[in-house]
Amino acid sequence: MGKFLLVTIQVDLYDRLALTLEEDLIQMVHKTGARGVLIDISALSIVDSFMGKIIGNIAAMSSILDAETVVVGMQPAVAITLIELGLPLPGVYTALNVERGMALLTARMPDETEDEDVDDD
Amino acid sequence: MTTKTVESLREKHDLILTYWISQREMADDFGGNFNSSDDLKAQSSELLEIVLKTITPENITDPYSPDLQPLFDYISGLTISRAKQGFSPRETATYIFSLKDALLRALGEIITDDTQELYRTTLEVSKFVDNIGITSFETFIKGREEVILSQADEMAELSTPVIKVWDGIIAMPIIGTLDSARTQVVMENLLQGIVDSESSIAILDISGVPAVDSLVAQHLIKTVNAIRLLGADCVISGIRPEIAQTVVHLGIDLSKMVTKATLASALKYSLTTLQLEVRRVQKDKSN
Repeated sequence: MGKFLLVTIQVDLYDRLALTLEEDLIQMVHKTGARGVLIDISALSIVDSFMGKIIGNIAAMSSILDAETVVVGMQPAVAITLIELGLPLPGVYTALNVERGMALLTARMPDETEDEDVDDD
Repeated sequence: MTTKTVESLREKHDLILTYWISQREMADDFGGNFNSSDDLKAQSSELLEIVLKTITPENITDPYSPDLQPLFDYISGLTISRAKQGFSPRETATYIFSLKDALLRALGEIITDDTQELYRTTLEVSKFVDNIGITSFETFIKGREEVILSQADEMAELSTPVIKVWDGIIAMPIIGTLDSARTQVVMENLLQGIVDSESSIAILDISGVPAVDSLVAQHLIKTVNAIRLLGADCVISGIRPEIAQTVVHLGIDLSKMVTKATLASALKYSLTTLQLEVRRVQKDKSN
């Protein structure tokens, strides 16, 4: 998806899978030089504190690699669980659906989406 | 109580009924709730029948005997039907306790020779009828509590409507005190509303909340964070001066949230965020 990576989580993640995801994702960000990561968790109905931590980790790692992380399509039940667990996911951008997440990422880096040759400061 | 006494009581069914009815009719609180004394008679006859059928020398002293269950069920049914007819609990209780007088009068006629036995039996019968009265009262209170619970549920549902005020803006007015259970309902409804309507701004109007303490503020902060996780923004509106005072005095930090004094200004802010504006239509005066 252009400068952005789109990850869709379709199954309920268990710990090992989540760790693999974290590793693969960071490798991909590095390899492709992506500027944004979209994680679609609309199919995810159960989260635990570990999963919340993984999402936070991915966001922190991506930002070191100069990429923004947007979590999209979170279920209300998932949001309530994360809040009750005391994990408000600081530093992670959120959006209602993929479309809005994409718009958010595009809006956050206007200089990238326009002509790259022009700005040189 | 001996088996013989029980049998004699059963034989005297009609006599006891007559005593009971005549006593009810004489009593001051015999209200006009029954259309005729025939209704009273039919009901009393049925109840007496069941009481006499259930009572045995063994279970009269044991209020938890399983034999008594049909009687208790019948009493519950009777209490509910009388409550629906508009009887006060006092009326129902005196009605049941007056059975005691009738039974005791009949006992006095059965046991004529042995005063010790009469005394013992009287005590037993008295306890038995008291037990029936307590069952009736328990049923009454249970019915009340069910009504209260269902009303509380209804209130929780009624008082948290999600209103769509604009494309992409929903509002939820909260009326009444926010406790943990209520916040849960508010949060769930609001989050579901955001997902269903794909709104990007939610306005939480707390002008109907009488007081904000640290717990309520905590709940508000949680709700706002949860909304943020979904990818929407939350505006809290309707903060009254007293509430602003309390919040500051309690040292609660609401600076990370967007707060507005009125719903109108919250709506205006939301429209600005969505890059919309409200304008007065200029009529062309030259025409």
